[in-house]
Amino acid sequence: MKQLLVLSGKGGTGKTTLVAAFVERLKAKAYADCDVDAPNLHLVMEGLGSPDIRPFYGMEKAAIDASLCTGCGDCKTHCRFGAISRVEASKQSTAFYQIDPYACEGCAVCEYVCSEGAVTLGYQVDGETKVYHDQNVFSTATLKMGSGNSGKLVSEVKKNMRTYTENLERDVAIIDGSPGIGCPVIASISGVDLILLVTEPTLSGISDMKRVIEIAEHFKTPIAICTNKYDVNPEKTREIKAYAKQVNIPYVGDIPYDKQVAVATNQGVSILKVPSRAGIAILAVFDQTIQLLQALEKQKTSASVVDIQFT
Amino acid sequence: MRVLIPTNHKTVKEGICVSFGRAPHFMIVDLQTGEETFIENKGATSGSGAGIKAAQTVVDSKVNAMITPRIGKNAADVISASGITIYKSESESIESNLKCLSDGKLAVLTDIHPGFHGHRE
Amino acid sequence: MKVAVLSGKGGTGKTFISVNLAEVMAGGCYVDCDVEEPNGHLFLKPKWSKEIDVVQKSPVIDQDKCIDCRACTTFCRFNALAGAGQKILVFEDICHACGGCVLVCPQGAITEKEKGIGTIKEGQSEKTTVITGMMHVKEASGVPIIRQLLERVSRAENVVIDCPPGSACTVMESIKEADFCLLVAEPTRFGRHNLAMVHELVTLYQKPYGVVLNKSIEGENPSRAYCEEHDISILGDIKYDDLLGKRLSEGKIPVRVERHYQQVFETIGHQIHLKMSEDKGEVT
Repeated sequence: MKQLLVLSGKGGTGKTTLVAAFVERLKAKAYADCDVDAPNLHLVMEGLGSPDIRPFYGMEKAAIDASLCTGCGDCKTHCRFGAISRVEASKQSTAFYQIDPYACEGCAVCEYVCSEGAVTLGYQVDGETKVYHDQNVFSTATLKMGSGNSGKLVSEVKKNMRTYTENLERDVAIIDGSPGIGCPVIASISGVDLILLVTEPTLSGISDMKRVIEIAEHFKTPIAICTNKYDVNPEKTREIKAYAKQVNIPYVGDIPYDKQVAVATNQGVSILKVPSRAGIAILAVFDQTIQLLQALEKQKTSASVVDIQFT
Repeated sequence: MRVLIPTNHKTVKEGICVSFGRAPHFMIVDLQTGEETFIENKGATSGSGAGIKAAQTVVDSKVNAMITPRIGKNAADVISASGITIYKSESESIESNLKCLSDGKLAVLTDIHPGFHGHRE
Repeated sequence: MKVAVLSGKGGTGKTFISVNLAEVMAGGCYVDCDVEEPNGHLFLKPKWSKEIDVVQKSPVIDQDKCIDCRACTTFCRFNALAGAGQKILVFEDICHACGGCVLVCPQGAITEKEKGIGTIKEGQSEKTTVITGMMHVKEASGVPIIRQLLERVSRAENVVIDCPPGSACTVMESIKEADFCLLVAEPTRFGRHNLAMVHELVTLYQKPYGVVLNKSIEGENPSRAYCEEHDISILGDIKYDDLLGKRLSEGKIPVRVERHYQQVFETIGHQIHLKMSEDKGEVT
């Protein structure tokens, strides 16, 4: 299965809007929402049915048994993440130490240095993964508030998508990525055939776009660019196009700002379901992107061409 | 010669696992005696450094070579440091790959991906 | 007072609001904690006066002292160490710098060096102090940089913290020291959904908070509805404005050039103070 990942660097450029449209146009057999910190794709996909829900265990966290703690403080001395604090002596107990699970990184140094065996490490539920599979396969997840395992959860979301879709060699899976360039983005890039970078014609959008390009290059993943809300600043849009040409990155289209996008989102449907200029432009970007994927595939397998199916 | 292959299931009938780091099992074959053993890949469920942990398992199993479709840089660094040769699989069939290896027809894997910060799928 | 500006959803206007709010405060300090994609400095264009490397410790193995006992590789929870070819290999990108391997090595063969993970720059833009963190591309987590950023302003007054999007570790770190959280929401289902997430986060952290609705348009506003359903104070409502969008795309600061926006942000600042007093009043 080929994987198309949509990234942006800057938030709010329109990744989810494009992914929803692509999934509909492609009649995609598989898609995923890897923006686990702020998943939104499910809000504009119709007829999902009930998902398979599984608990997600992030990394281990340490906990101190206060009854065994002698208050020596060795754990706090060695903790590099500021996760351990002292609770002063009271009528009920002598002084002891406690761990802030939000700051704990599960390194187990406190467990190692504790001479009383008062520290243990354990897993807890950090969120849940959901796979909808009534018609096609949609893999998503929610991270429990305060947990810090976005990268691992993204890997789970992608793994689930693959598990439910064996034998789909000729299909394209569409993945909604997250903003930024950190852990969850890096995890989502693994195994991807093409990144579609959706940018906007603003100073911030361009600055953020360049950092995504850097990370795509580091992971040797092909990338293409399109500009959303291009008419907010046509001059900056030209700047983006020129930059893409300069660094040899395919430019796959422009999409105008369109109030209908909010209308469609609020109705819980993809932009293709309402009459809109943006919808027409998105379809053109889609066509260009799929053509690019096919060309990349031809380059890889010059002996046998794998045609990507879509209706 | 002992060879290691990442597998989805504990049987030679199913194919090679596409992901080395997260393969559930490793099959070890002694090409001289034909003996097959399956060991667990403890890296499969790691939060980070799955490829590295998987590679450690490979190194500790004292095989001479391994066959895989792809591998990340971190895992490759560990395995190469121990002198184990990494071959690129030519198909999904384990039997076919072992035959190719015996016939000297398998190529060494040169296309290695950069590390994915432990989030390789 | 430290105000953290966050939203869950990206692109709602955190930087627009953070920059302009810092500007209307007397001697305001703008801190950019979106270290993966910092943007505030593009608007403020400060004259930089300081640049600091942010470093993280990284293990160094003395292979001569090493007896290949594997205590370190067994201990490491992150699989950042591996033993092969009678050597221990270190994978810096995965290492969390916990110092555990240094402690467990029976031969004292492991020491630590410093590895650069990002930078912090400080400068001045007219009356506003600007402090920006930037993570090096390829690093996995900006959390240690955010920690240092906030340490630098721990005793500063009138600080506005521009948070990253989302609601996970980097956001949590950014709001830890905040006295007040300003949640920015846009008028869409997406905006509402993500507003709910950061609402949960600030409640978990027991922070006083209020909402600013941004890019408001005619018709229903799912985020406003959410605030009404959950009794959340709306401290400001900024209308969508084509011209504003164009100005922002060029990196302009509205409060510097338009009286209208200066008033909007002065009002928001005032509302924050009122809300904080109100919250305190309820407690005493």
